[in-house]
Amino acid sequence: MRAENVVKRFGSREALRGVSFEAAAGDQVAVIGPNGAGKTTLLSILAGISKPDEGEVSSTNGEVGWVPQQAALYRRLTVEENLLLFARLEGHGDPRASVEEMLELTGLRDRRGEIVARLSGGNQQRINIAIGLLSRPAVLLLDEPSVGLDPRQRSRLWEFVSALAERGTTVIFSTHDIQEAERYGGRLLVLADGEALFDGPPDELREAVRREAPEAADRDFETAFVAYLHHRGH
Amino acid sequence: MGGVRWLLLKDLQILRRSPLQAGLLVVYPILIAVLVGFAISRGPEKPRVAFLNEVPAGTRITVGGAQLPSANVKGRICGRVECIFVADRAEAEDKVKSGDALAALILPANLVNKINSLSTLTPGVPEVEVLVNEENAVKAELVDDRITSLLAQANLAVARRIGSEGGRYLNLIVNGGEFKALGGSFHILGLRTSAKILEAVTPALPKGLQPSLKEVTNFAAQARDNLDVAKPLIARLAQPIKVDKVVVGGESPPLEIFAIAVAATFTLAFVVVLLVAGSLALEREENAFPRLTRGLVSTVGLLGEKVLLGMAVGLVVTLLMLLGMQFFVPLELGRIGLWLLAILFSGAALGAAGAALGAAAREVRAVSLLAFMLTLPIAFLSLVPSGAVSPVVFDAIRYLTALFPFKPALQALTAAIDETGPGIGGPLLHLTVLFFAYAAIARLALRRFAAV
Repeated sequence: MRAENVVKRFGSREALRGVSFEAAAGDQVAVIGPNGAGKTTLLSILAGISKPDEGEVSSTNGEVGWVPQQAALYRRLTVEENLLLFARLEGHGDPRASVEEMLELTGLRDRRGEIVARLSGGNQQRINIAIGLLSRPAVLLLDEPSVGLDPRQRSRLWEFVSALAERGTTVIFSTHDIQEAERYGGRLLVLADGEALFDGPPDELREAVRREAPEAADRDFETAFVAYLHHRGH
Repeated sequence: MGGVRWLLLKDLQILRRSPLQAGLLVVYPILIAVLVGFAISRGPEKPRVAFLNEVPAGTRITVGGAQLPSANVKGRICGRVECIFVADRAEAEDKVKSGDALAALILPANLVNKINSLSTLTPGVPEVEVLVNEENAVKAELVDDRITSLLAQANLAVARRIGSEGGRYLNLIVNGGEFKALGGSFHILGLRTSAKILEAVTPALPKGLQPSLKEVTNFAAQARDNLDVAKPLIARLAQPIKVDKVVVGGESPPLEIFAIAVAATFTLAFVVVLLVAGSLALEREENAFPRLTRGLVSTVGLLGEKVLLGMAVGLVVTLLMLLGMQFFVPLELGRIGLWLLAILFSGAALGAAGAALGAAAREVRAVSLLAFMLTLPIAFLSLVPSGAVSPVVFDAIRYLTALFPFKPALQALTAAIDETGPGIGGPLLHLTVLFFAYAAIARLALRRFAAV
């Protein structure tokens, strides 16, 4: 997936200012930054939901799966009905087989007949992700996927996502949790006020902190990251 | 198209899962429709009036010493109002005070005597008494109008009867015949026969007398001819001005047919607008809209699916309602094809309007409120007849209601149900134009408001 000089304006405010980056098959890219940095806007443009005012986005490797921050599910339908609906809409040859596969993947086989509204936020998010995976995407975009999940659910989620990346799926996710980004993001894309400040592995970001804000270099990753942003005027 | 099918199935599953909401969606508009239909079909044409007739039984109006047959004033009055027969004045007063009756009409015992005195040298003034409760200005005016109209009808009935009797006497004078009075029967020769007798005997008379007799014969002929002319004049006296009603526009269907069409349109409008607007807003409330429209279903496909959903549910509910009405008012079932046509065209236009509303809102509750706030006043404005408000206001209402599918839907359903009514083509064309206009607005609104 490739984004080149992407600009997005909402009225007079520039939400993204010429953001460029590339992600290859199997990459696990964490998009991080403070509130209003443009993370969700970037992901929605990569997903094709919003159109950029300038610049280009391309995915040469097929389908892009998108998992929105808030679960995009029909709460009055059951787990199975939700999956079946989206499998049918995706045009799967055997939608029921796809549903079984996703139920297995999410570990919700036993709860297939339950109305989604009665499930916990974590389980709803698992179905949300499963629906994003139904298109068997080459690129999976996750907008703050771990919000509202407890540590155990979060751990299972990242296990699941990492397994996808190992199988060659490009995973791009946004998060506010810097530790999570460090742990699961093979690469970090740091956005602030619509600008891409950094693009590289977590170790390189720590090196950048050491150069620009040495007093925070040996602190925890989140403190180092905040010092970096501060040094860059954000 | 496949996607639309699965979305339709999904919406029906959601409806099935929400029996209370689905029930309310159907029951509430039907309730409103039945109330409106009932209010329209009842109308104010038969107000309850307490009726006290103190005129002794068998008393008749007399003309020239002969009693006229009964003019059936009681029957005429009670045919136009719902009479509550009371025993005395106090009861009549109670009925009016309590609001049980809109007014009380008392025919005093001396009413016929007073009418009979009109043909004497000392005429009285026949009076009837009307008791009203003027607690409300509108009610007071209604009572005044109604009682004035009823008395005019009663006066007319009496005058016609007198005129008719007068005409009969004139006929007797002109043509002769039997006259029954005071228990006996008298033969009246009549002017026509008198003239013939005189003409027959004239040649037998001395020549000197013949000119004088000729004058008498001529007078009899002239009197006969002039009295013949006077007969229709007397008849016209009862009703000098005749109403010649010519319908120049707005052919109106029978009241019960119109009431059924109003009830059916209310049901269809509420079911379709609320369902389409609500289900479209639900896609956004559940955050599913962006997921669906990024390649799974086109915006047009999604809008089409919602309109189809509204049309399908609206068709079932409205058709059941019309078939239910069949038990109360016989409808021409042979026109069911036209019913379907009217319901489907109306459903499409109302659905597109609902989609335009739903596209502009993010929450089901907000859009439901918006749909009610818009549909209810538009529906009521669509029922305002010309002449009920000033011409300027009526023109404004006409243009406003033409922008919303309720009125053309009502016209289409009325035309479909009423076999004597105007054609259905005009309303269907109007609905088609509105369908495309609202579909375009809905598409624009989705693009404008649904963007992430």
